[in-house]
Amino acid sequence: MAAWCMMARHRGDLLGLRSALSDRLLPVLVGAMSFLAALALGGALACANLAQSWQGDTAAALTIQIPQPADPDAGNDGTRLAAVQRALAANHDVQDATVLTTAEMNRLIAPWIGGDAASLGLALPAIITAQWAGSGSSDALAAQLQQLSPGTVIRTGAIWAQRVATLTTSLQGCALAVLLIVALVAAAVVAVATRSGLAQLRDTIEIVHGLGALEADIATRFAGRATWLALAGALGGTVLAAPVLAWLAWLASPFTGPAHPASLFNLPPALLALLPLLPACAALIGWSTAQITVRGWLRRLP
Amino acid sequence: MIRFDDVWLRYHHAARDGEAEALRAVSFEIEEGGFRWLTGPSGAGKTSLLKLIYLAEHPARGRIEILNTRANRLTRRDAALLRRRIGVVYQDFRLLPQLDAYDNVALPMRLARRGEAQVKADVTEILRWVGLAHRMHARPDELSGGEQQRIAIARAVVARPRLLVADEPTGNLDDEQAQRLMLLITALNKLGTTVVVATHNAALVEHYPFPRLSLENGRLVHDG
Repeated sequence: MAAWCMMARHRGDLLGLRSALSDRLLPVLVGAMSFLAALALGGALACANLAQSWQGDTAAALTIQIPQPADPDAGNDGTRLAAVQRALAANHDVQDATVLTTAEMNRLIAPWIGGDAASLGLALPAIITAQWAGSGSSDALAAQLQQLSPGTVIRTGAIWAQRVATLTTSLQGCALAVLLIVALVAAAVVAVATRSGLAQLRDTIEIVHGLGALEADIATRFAGRATWLALAGALGGTVLAAPVLAWLAWLASPFTGPAHPASLFNLPPALLALLPLLPACAALIGWSTAQITVRGWLRRLP
Repeated sequence: MIRFDDVWLRYHHAARDGEAEALRAVSFEIEEGGFRWLTGPSGAGKTSLLKLIYLAEHPARGRIEILNTRANRLTRRDAALLRRRIGVVYQDFRLLPQLDAYDNVALPMRLARRGEAQVKADVTEILRWVGLAHRMHARPDELSGGEQQRIAIARAVVARPRLLVADEPTGNLDDEQAQRLMLLITALNKLGTTVVVATHNAALVEHYPFPRLSLENGRLVHDG
């Protein structure tokens, strides 16, 4: 290999790879693959972020529904609503317990009944929202509230959190499958370009092979060229994908947190850290694919 | 030393046409530092035999030793390293079109990892020997057939190979250049290089009375 490096230094393109492995088609195709890979990577990370934030909020959410809230409680110590509020306040696993106001209730049900409940003569239950900070189940609390105020129902977000987790996991799987396919297509592109180069340089390679060039050296020459072209293409594709990702992140910001202006600086840190790895991966794919292709092709020589 | 023991060579494309073997039961031995002419009519198998010697073909049968190494049992890496010790002058020159004369001649030395200072000294010297020092920066397509032949010869001998194999090396040379080439080859032979030269040039064989291997229809019909 040292000899080849020396030749490269002194004499440039020994095999004529610059014309045989074109600097047009391969970088453009690898660039397109990198662009798609960057979007898929962004999608996978966005799914992970959404899953994390939604699961945390949704799983901890408690909604307590108290029918006939103004009626006396089971012990005749006051109203059912007051009894439930006292029980919630005494439970350290329950935080931020808040009774929805009449206005909030009306806003919630307006889409279904078209007006406020009082004007329609409907007896609505009281609704308390809270956060469950306990590590275990809220079943004991539900039983306690049922005793104090029969008919009281607790709904947790756990089932929704599980559904969200399933959805985001499948979306992440799709994104990773896209990444895998993109990597395979990039490898196929490099393999086809390398085989085309080998066909063009067949005579030259046979001569050099006949003069005693090691197959590893010939493969390394090709791999060096393929690596450079794949790296250049992937850099271009990734750079082009970055503003698109910033725009998509801006579109998704209402779901993921406070809205920020569309800017590269507002991309998730994990994505910013992983994006530079795409060109490195493309270079690695270029190197390994060219090595395998050339070594396989050389096996046909004596 | 070169030793062929009951060597057969078969080309697959020839087999379809009914001509199964290019070489049949060829056996001979060339001592280290020896010189052999390889003669015979066109199609007799001279180039095929040379290809076996410089490891460009595998025999269908038989045992081959090149420079005291069993050619049949070489790993691909060892075969490449053995090829570096063999200088070859091809009938069709086989120069790299993208390199100039200097770099074509320097190629075997660079493959053998010789230092650039030595490469420069030896390449310049051998180009002077073949009378092409003034054409060292010309590319093959800028050289005449005879000049390309001399560059090919220079490339074959520049790394001082232990074995020199030449296929019609004087085919494109005038008498003066042919004599000059033979002086170079015999000088290398005297320094210990084993030489095998395939030729149709009867005058050359007569002028340099070295032992001769003669082929006819793939069979060795004369050795000595």
